[in-house]
Amino acid sequence: MHEMGIAMQIIEIAVASIPAELKNAQVKRVNLKVGKMAAVVPESLHFCFQIAAQNTPLCDADLNIEQIPVKIRCENCNIEWTVNEPVFICRRCNGGSIKMLSGRELDITSIEVVDEHD
Amino acid sequence: MLEFMYKNRRYFHHKDFQKPHHSHSGGGGSMGGKNRDTREIKIVRKILDVNDTIAQQNRKLFREKGVFVINVMSSPGSGKTAILVKTLSHITPKIRCAVIVGDICTSNDADRLSGFGAPVVQVNTDAFGGDCHLAAHVIQTAAGNFNLDEIDLLIVENLGNLVCPAEFDLGENLRVIVLSVTEGEDKPLKYPLMFRVCDAALLNKIDLLPYLDYDREAAVQNILKVNPEMQIFEISAKTEDGFDSWIEWLRQKVR
Repeated sequence: MHEMGIAMQIIEIAVASIPAELKNAQVKRVNLKVGKMAAVVPESLHFCFQIAAQNTPLCDADLNIEQIPVKIRCENCNIEWTVNEPVFICRRCNGGSIKMLSGRELDITSIEVVDEHD
Repeated sequence: MLEFMYKNRRYFHHKDFQKPHHSHSGGGGSMGGKNRDTREIKIVRKILDVNDTIAQQNRKLFREKGVFVINVMSSPGSGKTAILVKTLSHITPKIRCAVIVGDICTSNDADRLSGFGAPVVQVNTDAFGGDCHLAAHVIQTAAGNFNLDEIDLLIVENLGNLVCPAEFDLGENLRVIVLSVTEGEDKPLKYPLMFRVCDAALLNKIDLLPYLDYDREAAVQNILKVNPEMQIFEISAKTEDGFDSWIEWLRQKVR
């Protein structure tokens, strides 16, 4: 539901990251890492991004979303595994001291920029 | 088109650059004599780091002022305001409280929470674009209405929503989720992030259990699957059943 705000943040960060020496730079692709447990629906983010990117250097940019699986570790027995269901109980010791190693990412990793010059 | 393109991988950090004064000359096709460079610029930044930064500032300020902050979240209609009204009646004036309450519209909740000697600030997010959650900058501004030196406990009543508020750190010490027995037992499995990020769960409206086909054991087990370390209190804001242990737990935390 807050994907529009996220789309606008992505554009702000991307525009600020275009090197000053590139005068006609167009962003062609924005690379993101989004954890499976981040409260973001990729389809909704794509939709909002298309609207928010109008009249910006990102107007033709693709959002490339790499979905990051939810990886957790039991703090008691130190085993790590990937979960597909939201069950955060150790499958070996049944303990509940579980650390999330990944799956909550909401990161912009890079932009790909095309610049035209003489 | 590829004949003019080459991959020139140069890595920059976004802070290495000023915000460019960007000029566009329209579509800009690759006319004769023009070269097109493609380069990938590394950024590696959290998209919500503006919020996270302000949340850390809030946390620092609240710690310096000795203010304990709880963020109360739930779906709409689970009884957040009713719980907080009863909670304030138990803990004020011994614990000096203040409340920030978020809603898209109306000041109804602020009206209900007034009258306990605790200052209440109503935030209507329609002024912020109809947001579905409270963000750290909203808390920063709202907290400016209080004399923090005279507050022990700041209670933030978030917007009714089990999705978005989970993603936004406000600078709080504790997060509390309210789940009422008129909602499904499987809500924790449907909204795992919310139940994962919270420290305590209030299972509310237990006075209605005789009239419902609600499997409260399943609800508790589902909460514990997602968050085995969750403190669970089964309460009724109407009858105040179960309030003693919730209030005692909160008092211990604030101390």
